[in-house]
Amino acid sequence: MNAIIALAIVGPLAASGIGLLVRERHHLRDAITLMGLSATALAAIALLIDVQRNGTTVVRVGGWDPELGIVLVADQFAALILVVATLTILVVDIFAIGQRGTASTGDQTVVGPMLLVLTAGVSLAILTGDLFTLFVAFELILVSSYVLLTHQGRAAQLRSGMTYVVINLLASTLFLLGLAYVYAATRTVNIALLAERIPELDDGVRLGIGLWFLVVFGTKAAMFPLFSWLPDSYPTAPTTVTAVFAGLLTKIGVYVMIRFHTLTGMDDLGPVILVAAGLTMLVGVAGALAQNDVKRILSFHVVSQIGYMLMGLGLFSVAGVAGAVLFLVHQIPVKTVMFLVGGLIEDDQGNSSLDKVGGLAARRPIIAVLFAIPALSLAGIPPFSGFVAKLSLIDAGINAGSVAIVVVALVASMFTLLSMSKIWLGVFWREPTPPSEPASSKASKRTMNGATMAAVAGTLAVVALAGPLWNMSEEIARDLLDGQTYIDEVLGTDRGGVASP
Amino acid sequence: MSAALIAAVAALVGSGVYLITSRSLSRIVLGFSLLGHSAVLALLAAGGSAGAPPIVGSSDLPSSDPLPQAFSLTAIVISFGLTLFVLALASRQRQLTGDDLVEDDVEDRRVAQLSTKPADDREGETA
Repeated sequence: MNAIIALAIVGPLAASGIGLLVRERHHLRDAITLMGLSATALAAIALLIDVQRNGTTVVRVGGWDPELGIVLVADQFAALILVVATLTILVVDIFAIGQRGTASTGDQTVVGPMLLVLTAGVSLAILTGDLFTLFVAFELILVSSYVLLTHQGRAAQLRSGMTYVVINLLASTLFLLGLAYVYAATRTVNIALLAERIPELDDGVRLGIGLWFLVVFGTKAAMFPLFSWLPDSYPTAPTTVTAVFAGLLTKIGVYVMIRFHTLTGMDDLGPVILVAAGLTMLVGVAGALAQNDVKRILSFHVVSQIGYMLMGLGLFSVAGVAGAVLFLVHQIPVKTVMFLVGGLIEDDQGNSSLDKVGGLAARRPIIAVLFAIPALSLAGIPPFSGFVAKLSLIDAGINAGSVAIVVVALVASMFTLLSMSKIWLGVFWREPTPPSEPASSKASKRTMNGATMAAVAGTLAVVALAGPLWNMSEEIARDLLDGQTYIDEVLGTDRGGVASP
Repeated sequence: MSAALIAAVAALVGSGVYLITSRSLSRIVLGFSLLGHSAVLALLAAGGSAGAPPIVGSSDLPSSDPLPQAFSLTAIVISFGLTLFVLALASRQRQLTGDDLVEDDVEDRRVAQLSTKPADDREGETA
């Protein structure tokens, strides 16, 4: 299993290097990109199956002690999110290949290899067992996302790219300063050792660390009030890029937040996180209502949905955290699909502004169906995946006695449905508008539709597997909140040699 | 020793944040460099007091903590690469518009005009 964990990180990086070397030979480059992404996805699936059967795998890179060296930890949480993430990127890459030659495409010589670098960063961020490697993984993700966002060099992309880059540079620097703070307080950056040592610190230092990393990860996750960079930068990028960003980047922020704050026992921060969660939901949907462009509306919904995951985390109960994990699994494919459909609309009409497009339900019924399923899921209508995820969160909220956040979550859901109807009325009903000229080729349309359908099927699979997924989420939440399991797995139960200073 | 380092970190963070709030990308680059240096200094301060070089068998004295030094080196390399990237962005912006200022968002302006209250940013427009 050790080799498979390494493959999930090194594989995409190597494929990206080869892809860049042969970037002018389109078919070869696409084949290498697809192979790299499929290999990573297969490695992730193998890892999940193995973790299910044999429990957590821990790799000590170079054989170093966890006190000094890097550890990679594949537990159930990591393996589950890794599978969802890599499959999502694979689908988006297929969409990107179909999109080549259409008007809204990116520079294909860059998109494939950079998606691979992004995949490597995502794998590393998910699998890493220490905070400094997490910092490096974030940088890997960010560097590739900077390039993906700005590589076409259009004025609008530069403008929003600059905001994105500067905000993230600042967040990275805060991360480094936070690392110094944590290291000074505990003399380690290993998450398992931190889970042991942080709860023993003075309240002031402990909460300081918790709040500091809430800000750092909250900026990545677009939590209120640190979200304003997101709806600004996402809509300008090419569709494929936005789809990956919306599906993955913020969710990785939530993933590490769930991992760090539960393992280090930051229960005291629960109320702070709940308030931030409620405001994130409300401000996100309110922002979406004011917008008039499909991609911009969806970008604000990225923000509002982050609030639900934070709500689960903020409850700090097994049901709450399990709900957050399930929501994460549901949200990654759904958000990606929504943006891919936005790309299909843009490909058909030349733009995605609600004022300029219309009547797509009559002319392209496939797009209408592909939009309707994830849209209803996003709003939380049964029987789609959003319903299962939201139900578990709301149930957890009621059981924890936090009625206020439950009310906020339901109100935000209603507004989500309202703004989905707005897109439906604007894009799919009304008088049909003429398609943009020149139309994309049949083959590229087929590939794009196929990729989107695969992603919709993925969201439906989340519902079909809701039972097993919920059991898995509950187990994950129990392990995270207990912490001792993770500590024992990473450090080993026979720790005579590891003395804390 | 530590107090001087911490004062230096504070001064660097202060000036770095001030420069980053500017609209000109060249100032932002400078501000980001200062912030990067402050983080490296903070990591050094976190490593505790200095000792012998951390090479096994080189000295009988207690050695310095090698981990923060390894962190610092990695952080320096990363911030070097990113500085170059931001400079490239600034250069492209200069090609397009003649200067390297971060511009306003047109769509933001449109939404802001929808409300009767004057609003400059997203928080304002959704309030």
